[in-house]
Amino acid sequence: MAVAVSTRGRRISGFFHRHPRGRLALLLTPATVWLVVVYLGSILGLLRFSFWSLEEFTGLLDKRFTLSTYASLLEPANLDIIRRTAGIAATVTVLAGLFAFPYAYFTARFASPRLKTFLYIAALMPLWSSYLVRALSWRQILAEEGVMLWFLRKVGLEGVVRLILEAPLIGGPTFIASKFSLILVYTYLWLPFMVLPLITALERVPGSFLEASSDLGARPRMTFRRIVLPLAKPGLVAGSIFTFSLTLGDFILPTMFGGSEFILGQQVFVQQGVVGNDPLAAAFTAVAMAIMIVYLSLAKRAGAFEAL
Amino acid sequence: MSRGPRAGWGLKIGTVLLLVFLYLPLGVIVLYAFTTQSTSFTFPPPGLTTDWFAVAFRQENMWDAFGRSLAVASAATGVALLLGGSLAAAVYRATFFGRNALAFVVVLPIALPGIVTGLALRATFVSVGFPLGYWTIVIGHATFCIVIVFNNVVARLRRMSPNLVEASADLGASGWQTFRWVVWPNLATAVLAGGILAFALSFDEIIVTTFTRAQDPTLPIYILNSLFRPRNRPVTNVVALLAIVTTFIPVLIAQLLTRDPAERRSGTLAAATTQPSA
Repeated sequence: MAVAVSTRGRRISGFFHRHPRGRLALLLTPATVWLVVVYLGSILGLLRFSFWSLEEFTGLLDKRFTLSTYASLLEPANLDIIRRTAGIAATVTVLAGLFAFPYAYFTARFASPRLKTFLYIAALMPLWSSYLVRALSWRQILAEEGVMLWFLRKVGLEGVVRLILEAPLIGGPTFIASKFSLILVYTYLWLPFMVLPLITALERVPGSFLEASSDLGARPRMTFRRIVLPLAKPGLVAGSIFTFSLTLGDFILPTMFGGSEFILGQQVFVQQGVVGNDPLAAAFTAVAMAIMIVYLSLAKRAGAFEAL
Repeated sequence: MSRGPRAGWGLKIGTVLLLVFLYLPLGVIVLYAFTTQSTSFTFPPPGLTTDWFAVAFRQENMWDAFGRSLAVASAATGVALLLGGSLAAAVYRATFFGRNALAFVVVLPIALPGIVTGLALRATFVSVGFPLGYWTIVIGHATFCIVIVFNNVVARLRRMSPNLVEASADLGASGWQTFRWVVWPNLATAVLAGGILAFALSFDEIIVTTFTRAQDPTLPIYILNSLFRPRNRPVTNVVALLAIVTTFIPVLIAQLLTRDPAERRSGTLAAATTQPSA
């Protein structure tokens, strides 16, 4: 019996050895069907919705081709959402870059191999505790009776809080309901995505470049600006792909922080789930996709994909 | 004059501050799981207690959600291992029409916001008449988990010397024997690491789940729902702690299994998928 199985096994493996194309097809088909038919098909199906519209009075889906849904994106309220989201995403990206740089630079250039591994994994691990859990902890940190305000009172910086809450773009009625908090928590959540590619990019800066620069009389500041920063650019751009696209599609954090003004992901969620305007929801996802495709092609030109 | 590679104080302080910034919030979750207050999170906590653990563990719907998350993550990981593994074996070294296009489609579930994936799949399920529930969540999760297994396995295969396989064949081993005794021992840790990461991603995922589920919550949805509950608020922290422990430890093991920086990076990319948007 065992012999029979093993000869049949040999016959099958022999067949695939003689027919490498057959083996290839067998390996390829399941994943290809899944990704192309199910996934890509679904994306195209979703995009089709954005060319339909809702009938004004009945609220029923009108399946005739129209660009009117896209036109409604240009209404002030919707345009505001796109602009606000892009502004928040850009701010978060810049902050993440600033916070991440010293850590990444230290890790890439000065840490011993053991310390380097530790710092790399230390930056990676928070990503593996649930996004929601980390957001939850910030609600507790930023609460009126929480750690943050306790600390600021201890060091006598209460005034800073009032200043933040009264500031025009980042303010709000309470700490948690301010845009400042929303931006801070986004920065916290996406920070590892900036740190990790930045380490990768900075590791590729040859130490000899820096020595040569200082040998030729450049001060550290000059070396940093002319040598380190340009070479770190692919890492910064790669990180920004994440910080930007993640902010673009989120719809949960704005329900926890930052008051009542919508951002893009929320609008998709509400239009689809609450209002039932599938075409508008689809058109908004098309905007997110378009922004990401443009961003990715720019990033590719900046050499960011090597740092991913 | 070169001073040699010594970090300035500014750089060291910046590094330490970021470490504190990254881990302090996780410490806060742990701390408030023990606070004696039921409705607010005063700092410092007025007292510490382990009562909330008992309260949380008595909640049957919490265990339901936990079990559902485990079941979804196991099935999604199984599918991802099969599809991602076979795809890696096919793409590695072979050339065929559409190879680059396929490599692009694999990455799409990461590159596009999760809200797109969720909404698109939901639209398909609804129009085909496939009832939303356990299996639709599994399909959604498997879609973004394929990439993780694929990336891990491909990175390992590329590092493996092709001479090994040829030598094995020259010595008369069958295809199966070569796989079992030559390829698999090299591949096993990459497959395991990919599987663990896929499992962890699925376990924590919330966006695609939101769109592909029916009524019954997974653990992240359960946590989200309990966020705005006015009483017994530390219970949420206990559940959060349970969620952290369930993924943190396996992932740490996966990290120690992958020494290759390229594989580690694929883990980073992978992590992007569980975040709300990507």
